[in-house]
Amino acid sequence: MIEWISKQVVLYWDIFKYLLPAVPWTILITVCSFALALVLGMIVGVLRLSRVKPVAYLAGLYINVIRGIPLLVQIFFIYFGLGGILNLDRFTAGVVAVGVCYSAYLAEIFRSGIEAISVGQHEAALSLGMTRFQTLRYVIIPQSLRIVIPPTANEFIASLKDSSLVSIIGMRELTRAGREYYSQFFVDFQTWFMVGIIYLIMTITLSRVVKYLEKLYSVRGFGSRKA
Amino acid sequence: MIEIKNLVCRFGDMAAVDDVSYGIEKGEVVVIIGPSGSGKSTLLRCLNALQEFQSGEIIVDGIAVDKRHRNIHDLRLEVGMVFQHFNLFPHLSVINNITLAQRVVRKRGREESEKKAEQLLGLVGLTDKAESFPAQLSGGQKQRVAIARALALDPKIMLFDEVTSALDPEMIGEVLEVMKELAAKGMTMVVVSHEIGFVREMADRVIFMDNGKIVETGPPSAVLDSPQEKRTQDFLSKVL
Repeated sequence: MIEWISKQVVLYWDIFKYLLPAVPWTILITVCSFALALVLGMIVGVLRLSRVKPVAYLAGLYINVIRGIPLLVQIFFIYFGLGGILNLDRFTAGVVAVGVCYSAYLAEIFRSGIEAISVGQHEAALSLGMTRFQTLRYVIIPQSLRIVIPPTANEFIASLKDSSLVSIIGMRELTRAGREYYSQFFVDFQTWFMVGIIYLIMTITLSRVVKYLEKLYSVRGFGSRKA
Repeated sequence: MIEIKNLVCRFGDMAAVDDVSYGIEKGEVVVIIGPSGSGKSTLLRCLNALQEFQSGEIIVDGIAVDKRHRNIHDLRLEVGMVFQHFNLFPHLSVINNITLAQRVVRKRGREESEKKAEQLLGLVGLTDKAESFPAQLSGGQKQRVAIARALALDPKIMLFDEVTSALDPEMIGEVLEVMKELAAKGMTMVVVSHEIGFVREMADRVIFMDNGKIVETGPPSAVLDSPQEKRTQDFLSKVL
């Protein structure tokens, strides 16, 4: 019994050591693609609210098309489809695919965050001679941030998990490393158990950070939602 | 100071402001009264282009208000507005509420705009609240900050849209006091109000509106005490 346990411990430790170098890649893919998603999502979210109808329509189309296609298919399309033409490497293709996909979800979050701020706030800023851009920048977006942070953080955690899909195009991140280990040593239970544990550690850590951020943002003086 | 000619503002088929013409002189205090839905607020909002209109002409201090709102920023610097629901910026302290537009619109430095803000807080009697946030203020205090915020851009005209309607009764006086002080300093003011006492005391002229039209206008003694029109009489018999 003790022998079995110690063997298992050694095995898990061995798997852990094998997987660990791939973890930074998972983090790097997640961070890069989410940074891209934030920028794109912010732009598309604001354009979605444009008073120029065709612009708002195109932004809406972007959101609906991207959200309507599985991420896995988008990864294939970008790596094999566009990648062939544009000569994209695995990392870039993976980051672009996950980034574009999440930008559509973030755009909707940002849009609703902006819309949640009352018309009165817009009118007050406009009546003070501010332009639409100044109104967004100084009045609306700072207030939206508070509303937008929790769902955005959830998307970040989701994108960390979805980065595992990039393993399918041969990008060597955590999930891919798990597959490699399995195909060398044929220990399926322990390998995937360990992969799962490592993802779990990362996501739990992140959600702790999110809780802390939410607290930090709610301390400031504007407790009441009413203006 | 303000010239309105044949102004029409529609929401769908309904004309909220229906062919209104009116002139307001510099330093005048004009109060608009009337039942709800009569177009008082809409008329007021047309004056600083918060509301687009379909036809007619508005000239404010020599600036023609463009129907498509192309010159609105020049216009809005001349015209300050105070709202029924205060609309203070809840994420900014009182002092920053008052300095924000000075800095980003008037391009004043922080020091200059804060000096101006402190001076205005003195005027509205809230010097000690500079660092508070809007959520920490009473309704009357919020509305006084809102007045200071609008004054910070040195407007030539002030618009007041039912600024005491959302206040508890004991706070109405403090806001009206500030408005009286402004009027005494010669500010041109257009006020939508239900405070008949204030109207009687402060207004140079009263406009009674109903169904988007000016039914009757004149000095308060004439309109309030001996109204000529049936609709004015009906309305006043309900509110007086």
